[in-house]
Amino acid sequence: MIRWLALLLAVLAAVSLFIGDATLALPDRLILWQLRLPRTLLGLLVGSGLGLSGAVLQGALRNPLADPGLLGITGTAGLGAVIAFYWGLAAAFPPALAAGGLLGAGVGAAFLLSFAGGAPSGPSLILAGVAVSAIAAALLALALTLAPNPFALAEITFWLMGGLADRPLWQVVLAAPTILLGVAILLSLGRGLDALSLGEDTARSLGVPVTRTLRLAAVGTAFAVGTGAAVAGSIGFIGLVVPHLLRPWFGERPGALLPAAPLAGAALLLAADMLVRLAPLVLPLSAAPPVGVLTALLGAPFLVAIARRGEP
Amino acid sequence: MTGVSHLSAVLGGRTVLHDVSLTVVPGELVALCGPNGAGKSTLLRALAGLLPDTGPPDPRHIAWLPQGARSAWGLTVEQVAALGRIPHRDNATAPVTKALRVCGIEALRTARVDRISGGEARRAMLARVFASEPEVLLLDEPTADLDPAASHAIMRLLRTTADAGRTVVVVLHALDLALRYARRVVVLADGRVTADLPADQALPAAAAAFGLPFGADPTPRLLPPC
Repeated sequence: MIRWLALLLAVLAAVSLFIGDATLALPDRLILWQLRLPRTLLGLLVGSGLGLSGAVLQGALRNPLADPGLLGITGTAGLGAVIAFYWGLAAAFPPALAAGGLLGAGVGAAFLLSFAGGAPSGPSLILAGVAVSAIAAALLALALTLAPNPFALAEITFWLMGGLADRPLWQVVLAAPTILLGVAILLSLGRGLDALSLGEDTARSLGVPVTRTLRLAAVGTAFAVGTGAAVAGSIGFIGLVVPHLLRPWFGERPGALLPAAPLAGAALLLAADMLVRLAPLVLPLSAAPPVGVLTALLGAPFLVAIARRGEP
Repeated sequence: MTGVSHLSAVLGGRTVLHDVSLTVVPGELVALCGPNGAGKSTLLRALAGLLPDTGPPDPRHIAWLPQGARSAWGLTVEQVAALGRIPHRDNATAPVTKALRVCGIEALRTARVDRISGGEARRAMLARVFASEPEVLLLDEPTADLDPAASHAIMRLLRTTADAGRTVVVVLHALDLALRYARRVVVLADGRVTADLPADQALPAAAAAFGLPFGADPTPRLLPPC
């Protein structure tokens, strides 16, 4: 099953290199290197971080509605990047954007863990996440209100919608190590998440360090989505949807979803991004909409469908 | 040897256990009885090392089954039982298969625990305990949700397990099962051990803890006939 998923991802990645605004042919080298390759790589990295952190957080919090946005880490990462924009740091020193996002995610994770208390449990982490999200949203609104000029405002707003287009290759390369580190941390948590299926006390009685597992889930998520959110903006619903798509195929054991989740997240984001690129060809749009718009539009009905199906 | 000595526990501002001492040796099947809120589950958690002031025991040797255990996800019966191998960090299948067999749910191994009956799910949780092949089994109401035949089957299994040299401590509301299968009955009331007796002498103390009449009637019964 996981081989088919990997194959699907490889096909999507290859096609993604060849789909553009107008043509479905081998692009010339400049377009390939400057546009298509960064876009495809960014989709792979961001999608895998989002998909995996969604699977880990749902397992760790025993909550089918958990996703990286729930913990507020996407929000603080966006805030960090916006502050880098706002102070002109990103213009003066380009890596400041990714660094701002990672810093924001790190501060968000630190707040999250301190709000959740000395020995975080699932519900305390969720409550802390709501608090961190609220703070991030408020500070973001403040930053937008104080934006130095209308252009900066437009730039920030457009960036916040989330997208993979027109990100230079060096930004992608800058974001890659932290995303991969986050993915590595999250992939190591499988056994602990399996034990947590039976509750935190039972997991503890099985010798699983529950507090450490929850902390690593939060920190790993900060790495896996922090710089990604700084470079690609906030792309919602991938982390929420991926585990639900995988469960019918891989079973419900949380650890069984982990190897597949990054592949599925990357495949989903690439597919959504290709749909977005094709949208101007079939719809009366002057430009391709940001991919975050599409994932939210498709993800919201999916959320409703999950709620309708109810608890199994 | 497993036990606690002079243990007091406070949960949410209420003292749940007052200076409780209990030692259990291998080969014993001990039933913890008492009314709701007597501190049975807390004592079991203390034995499992799950209270803040109790040391963490070796999870390979001690297995704990909480009251009302359920799985957050639709794991299969076999996957639930296999969680018992987590302390051993292996994926051994033989202990899992054996555990499913002794708990009588081999036929359900691929069924999801959230789509079987409550009694079957309870046995899946119990199979998780047996799959880790512990020296000490701490079971909170293992026969809850089970029909009488399955309850007696599980109690016979626990008796055999204790006779094989393991330590079994079981919280039971069903006094008849406790008196019939356990060798030793510990009665708790209001967080204190009020009796610690061989099973054949425990009925008066147990009945008293529940506030039930127990008198000169030559055939022991818990309630006067209607």
